[in-house]
Amino acid sequence: MARLPKPLGVVPLGDLAVYVEFSRTLDLEVNSVAQRLAAAIVARALPWIRDVVPALGGVALHFEPGYEGDVRLAAAELVEQCMKKGLPDADDLGREVEVPVCYDAEFALDLPEVSQRLKISPEEIIKRHVKGEYRVLMVGFAPGHPYIGGLDPKLAVPRRAAPRALVPAGSVAIANQQTVVYPYAISGGWNVIGRTPLAAFDAARARPSLFSPGDRVVFRAVERREFVDLLEHK
Amino acid sequence: MSIRVLRPGLLTTVQDRGRHGHQHVGLCPGGAMDPVSLALANALVGNPPGAAALEITVIGPELEFERDTLVAICGAEFQGAFPHNRPVLARAGSKLSVGRAARGARAYLAAAGGFAIEPVLGSRSTYLPGRFGGFEGRALRHGDLLVLAEDVSRERFARLKRKNGASVRWSAPPLTLPDREPIVVHAIEGQHYASFDSTAQRAFFDTVWRVAPESNRMGFRLAGPPLVRATDDEILSGPTCLGSVQVPPSGVPIVLMADHQTTGGYPRIAEVAAADVPRVAQLAPGATLHFALCSLDTARELRRDASLRLESALRSISWEFGK
Repeated sequence: MARLPKPLGVVPLGDLAVYVEFSRTLDLEVNSVAQRLAAAIVARALPWIRDVVPALGGVALHFEPGYEGDVRLAAAELVEQCMKKGLPDADDLGREVEVPVCYDAEFALDLPEVSQRLKISPEEIIKRHVKGEYRVLMVGFAPGHPYIGGLDPKLAVPRRAAPRALVPAGSVAIANQQTVVYPYAISGGWNVIGRTPLAAFDAARARPSLFSPGDRVVFRAVERREFVDLLEHK
Repeated sequence: MSIRVLRPGLLTTVQDRGRHGHQHVGLCPGGAMDPVSLALANALVGNPPGAAALEITVIGPELEFERDTLVAICGAEFQGAFPHNRPVLARAGSKLSVGRAARGARAYLAAAGGFAIEPVLGSRSTYLPGRFGGFEGRALRHGDLLVLAEDVSRERFARLKRKNGASVRWSAPPLTLPDREPIVVHAIEGQHYASFDSTAQRAFFDTVWRVAPESNRMGFRLAGPPLVRATDDEILSGPTCLGSVQVPPSGVPIVLMADHQTTGGYPRIAEVAAADVPRVAQLAPGATLHFALCSLDTARELRRDASLRLESALRSISWEFGK
């Protein structure tokens, strides 16, 4: 087993939360360690921790307001214990989430521009987007909004210069080396190349968020008709 | 057994102590902006401290009571003839008109027995951006009918000692209201404090900041000198917390409040001490604050002191109920 990296530091986010930081740049290996560490901490079911949040470069821990100790020391100790004991295997974490995506022109708002920019045909972009092996690196920005890593490096485009005021719910978008799914109609600057009929977040579901950190994601291209049949957005 | 909304006020929502354990899927805890006043209001009507109540913001609602209802308003002082910080039996058919906030920004109206509202993900809090929780996932409107969960008002009122007409002689202490402005808000250095130039670092702690009109339950924008970073390095999007002070490229700091985003890519110059967040929540747009640098240990002591003050207030209230 490869040696586990040591955290760069335990940064207090106020007196009731800390960020255990492993990297200041995006590194998929490090992200995987953050996911595994988060799983190990969750498994301990500590009554004084109420939220364990794996992020791109580390893990945030939110403490119960009644916690009287030093959150920084407590977190450092906890992380050391978990690392010593060994973290769960990355393959045992997360689930596989299949995401149907319709890449039709009416949903793929930025596909022509991306195609022009990359000098790759829209068909080839879709093919490459579907073929990727993806992992959810973090869920944030909005409820159920996943940052998904594993995008084909050939599809790396910067974000749009001018963000859209409203990106339609379900939009599947790319930027740099990641892909995202918009859970609601919100503003955003990622390049929209398709749309899923699935609701990425629904508070009424037993599992409200379609995506959790560590999940494997498979995009499946669907025709417009299937998209309409599967439509979950209200 | 219900309360009818005759006039909704500026932003009246149902809030409790929020939904925890969902930040890993991007859902913030939300809940009452000032949970201290929520706990006091609940205690005054004999409810558990985390029961759902109405969060009233800056301009209050007008409500009509179908039956005798034991209610209490805590937090900001609003104009109107209604006594604050004490249990009051609102008579059947009576109306309660809450005016404008005179001191503070948010008050909590608790009703004995609580509201008959289904929890969503373990909480009755309204999460406005997601349109769920609370009363149909939205702020109250004219004509809404808030049904009470239990008919316990008369029984609880009868249990109150030293009863005097429709109210009592004592009142609970306001624990989060500003007594003078600017209020002092304790904060520790944020992760990216060192990335700001020395002028910005000094300005952050020297400036009297004003809460800007574009402030809401997600965050308070602060008007003052723009804060400039010494570097333009991009920051890897990372976790945030209630009370984090972010500085977007505009240089205008934003204090993250109850409905904040759980992650963000803006540098965090400071983190507000947890004990002071409910006091920040009591600032209306235009109100002023300044930040005082404190250590993590001091922040923890402030939190312990605040918690002792609240516990002691809750104990005296429960004694008045003859518990």
